[in-house]
Amino acid sequence: MRIIGLAGRRLAASIPTLFLILIGVFLLLQLAPGDTVDALMAQMGGGDAATARELRKFYGLDLSIPAQLANYLWHLVRLDLGFSSIYGKPVATVIMERLPPTILLMTASLSFAFFFGLVSGVIASHAVNKWPDTLISTLGLVFYATPSFWFGLMAIVVFSIYLQWLPAGGFEDIGEVRTGIFRVMDIARHLILPTLTLGLIFLAIYLRIMRASMLEVLNLDYVRTARAKGLDETRVVMGHVLRNALLPMVTLIGLQAGTMLGGSVVVESVFSLPGLGRLAYESVIQRDLNTLLGIVFVSALLVIVVNFVVDLLYARLDPRISAEG
Amino acid sequence: MDLTRLEINRRTALLTSAAIAANVISPMRAFAQEAPKKGGVFNVHYNAEQRQLNPSIQASTGVYIISGKIQESLIDLDADGKPVGVLAESWESSPDGKTITFKLRKGITWHDGKPFTSEDVAFTAMNMWKKILNYGSTLQLFLTAVDTPDPQTAVFRYERPMPLNLLLRALPDLGYISAKHLYESGDIRQNPTNLAPVGTGPFKFVKYERGQYIIADRNPDYWRPNAPYLDRIVWKVITDRSAAAAQLEAGELQHSPFSSLTISDMARLGKDKRFVVTTKGNEGNARTNTIEFNFRRKELSDIRVRRAIAHAIDVPFFIDNFLGDFAKLGTGPIPSTSTDFYPGTGTPQYPFDKAKAASLLDEAGYKAGAGGARFSLKLLPAPWGEDISLWSTFIQQSLKDVGITVDIVRNDGGGFLKQVYDEHAFDLATGWHQYRNDPAVSTTVWYRSGQPKGAPWTNQWGWEDKQVDQTIDDALTELDPAKRKALYAEFVKEVNTELPVWMPIEQIFVTVITAKARNHSNTPRWGSSSWHDLWLSA
Repeated sequence: MRIIGLAGRRLAASIPTLFLILIGVFLLLQLAPGDTVDALMAQMGGGDAATARELRKFYGLDLSIPAQLANYLWHLVRLDLGFSSIYGKPVATVIMERLPPTILLMTASLSFAFFFGLVSGVIASHAVNKWPDTLISTLGLVFYATPSFWFGLMAIVVFSIYLQWLPAGGFEDIGEVRTGIFRVMDIARHLILPTLTLGLIFLAIYLRIMRASMLEVLNLDYVRTARAKGLDETRVVMGHVLRNALLPMVTLIGLQAGTMLGGSVVVESVFSLPGLGRLAYESVIQRDLNTLLGIVFVSALLVIVVNFVVDLLYARLDPRISAEG
Repeated sequence: MDLTRLEINRRTALLTSAAIAANVISPMRAFAQEAPKKGGVFNVHYNAEQRQLNPSIQASTGVYIISGKIQESLIDLDADGKPVGVLAESWESSPDGKTITFKLRKGITWHDGKPFTSEDVAFTAMNMWKKILNYGSTLQLFLTAVDTPDPQTAVFRYERPMPLNLLLRALPDLGYISAKHLYESGDIRQNPTNLAPVGTGPFKFVKYERGQYIIADRNPDYWRPNAPYLDRIVWKVITDRSAAAAQLEAGELQHSPFSSLTISDMARLGKDKRFVVTTKGNEGNARTNTIEFNFRRKELSDIRVRRAIAHAIDVPFFIDNFLGDFAKLGTGPIPSTSTDFYPGTGTPQYPFDKAKAASLLDEAGYKAGAGGARFSLKLLPAPWGEDISLWSTFIQQSLKDVGITVDIVRNDGGGFLKQVYDEHAFDLATGWHQYRNDPAVSTTVWYRSGQPKGAPWTNQWGWEDKQVDQTIDDALTELDPAKRKALYAEFVKEVNTELPVWMPIEQIFVTVITAKARNHSNTPRWGSSSWHDLWLSA
C-alpha cells in the first residue's frame, strides 16, 4: 500500500514537469522554419499555393500558435494524443507500433551493459593494477571513446558482410512468416548487433563506476571485519561488498534511461529498426508536431517510471533509505 | 582550398569512371542470350517514406518507385524515349488541338477484379490530375471534360489547344489511373486506398509496415503475356545511406535507385563485380544543379553581378573533382538528354573567368574594399543531396576569390522551401531542377512571372520579363512540334542572357543494382516504370 501511495505522489509531482516539457518542445519547434505542409511539398516535389492553403486548413495550421497549443493541451487532458499528419493515424497508434522495438532494444542494451559492466568491474577491482585490470580498463576506454554509429557500421561490415553470421539490419526476417518461438529467435538474432552497439558505451561507464565503488567499499572497516572473521573471499564480495557497491550503479540506470532513448536514434537508423528514436527524427523533419509531442510525452513517462523503479530498488539495497524519503 | 583532399577525390573519380564503364557494358552483353527465368524476390532500397502512395495525386519519384509497379499510366516511354501505350492503345488529336481521343486496351481488370474502363480515366483526370496532382493541375488547367462514349474510349476536351506531343511526354509521370469505384465517395486525399494501392499493374500490393517495408506480389492476371517474372518485390525502408550500402553488400538488398547512396559508396560498389552502377535508365529523370538569384537584393538585380557570379565559378573543376562520372557541364534549363528540345550550346554561356568576373563587379560599382571584399550574400542550399552541399561550399569558396563573402544557411526540407519560396529570405539559393521530359511540365514555371507566393519550385526571384513570359505562353499551346522546339530554343537564349537562375551542371541519377538483374535500365525512366520484364538470373 505504501508503495502505491508513493507511486501516486510521484506521478502527481511529475505532471507539471511533463506539461512544462511539452509546452517547451511545442514552442521550440515553432522556431524551426516551415510546417508540415512545407515538408509535404518538399516530399511531393512541387505543388501550387492553393493546395497548400487548403492543406494548412485541414491540419489546423491556419490557427494562431496559442490557439494550436491550447487545442493540443485540451486534447491531452482528455488523454488524446491527436492525429499524426504523416501517418494519417492517431498518434497513440503510431507510437504503440514503434514502441516495442525501442523498449526491447533499450532493455537488452541496459541489461547487457549492466551485467557485463558489473562482472568486469568486479574482476578489475579485484585484480587492481594487475593485467586483467589493465586489459578491462583499456577496453572500457576504447568502448567509451568509439562513436556508436561507427561501431555499428563496423559490426555490420565484420559480422554481416564478411562473416555473414548476422543480419545487417531490420527488425525481423520478412522472407518467411514465423510464429511463436521461431519469431522470437529471429527478432533476437536481429537485435544482437544493435544491442552491442548501443550497449558498449554504457558498459564502459558501468564498468568504471563499478570498479571505483568496489575499490572504495573494499577498503571500508566492515569488510576488514568480515575478512577478519575468516569469511572466504567469495562470500565477502557477494554478501558484503557487492550490495553496497551497487548503489551508484542503480542511480546510473535511472539517469541513463533518457540518454539511451537519445542514443537509439543513431542505432535505429544504422540498423534500420522501426523504433521510437527514428520516428522522432522523422517527425521533426516532417514537422509532424503531434507525433513529436506524443513521443516526448511517452519518453518522459518512461523515464519517470524507470526512476520510480530505481527508487524502489534503493530501498531494497539499502534499508537506511526508506521508501518514505 | 584543401589540395590533398581534392587530389584524392580526383583519383577516386578517375578510377570510378573506368570501373563503371567496364561494369555497365560487360554483364548486360554477356548474358543477353539467357532465357528469362520466373521467380525470385527483389529487395529494393527505399530511403524516405511517403505519406501516401497514389501516383494519381502525387507526382514524385518517391511514389513511383513503389506504386509505379502497382498502378499504371496511360502512356510510358520506350527504350528510345518515345511515348508508347500502356493502358492506352492508340491516340489522336483533332486538328485544332482541343480534342484528344485515347483508345484504351481491352480486357484489363483492377487487382480487385473489377473491369478497367474509360470511366476510371475520366474520374481520375477530372478529380485527381486536374484538382490535386502537383504539376498535373497546371498541365490540365484548360481541360474542361473527359467524355466516355464507350468503355474503351476517353475523349479529353480542352479549352485551349493542347499539343499532343506535350501531353504524351507528360503522361508517363502525370498519367497514372486510379479506380473510380474505390475513390467515388469521400475525401480523395484521406482515402485508405492511398496507402494500400489497387491498380492494374504487374504487381499487387500486399502489405505496408511503416518504418520497415512494403511488399507487392506478382499479379497472376496481368495483361501482358508471361509478365511479370518476379514473385515479389520488397521495398525496405533504410534511411541511413551507409547502412543501405552495407545491406547491398550483405546481399539483403538488390537495388538502390535514384542516387540514394553516398557518392563514395556508389564509386566503391562500381568496382564490385556483384553490382552494376550506372546512370543508364535515368535519362528521363535528369536534374540540374541551380544557382537562384533573389532580385530583391539590389546587387543581384544587376545583370553584371549575376554574370560575374556565374563567371567566378570553375564548374568543370567542380564536376571533375567532386561528382566524377555522375555529372557533366550543363548549358541551361533544358538538359542535353532532352533530344526533342535541347537547343545545343549556342546559347549564352559563362565559362570560368575570374578576371572578367572582377571587372564586371567593378563595372557594376562594387569595387573591392579592404582585404578585397566587395559585399556579402546569404546562400541557402537545399538539403536534397550530398552534391548540393558540396556545390554550396564550392560556390562559397569561388565567390570569396572575387570578393563576395557568402554565408551558408542550412535548413531541412520544410525550412528550405519556406524560407526561399514563401518568405524569400535568401540572396542565393541552390538546389535541383528536375526535368520532366517536356519544358512545359516543370521547367518554365521557374521563369514565368506571376507565380503565387509560396509555390515551391517556381519563379520566386522577383524577376519579370514580358518577352520571356510571352515565349513561354506561346510554346504552351503551339501544336507544331518544330515551332515548339524553336520557341523553347528562343526561351533558353533569353533566360541564359538574363540569368535569373543559372543551371550549370547536368546530372543523371545513379542506379545501383545486382549484376544478376536482367532487362533493367532499359527505358529512360526505368526506376519509376513497372518492371514487368525485370528478371533475376541464377
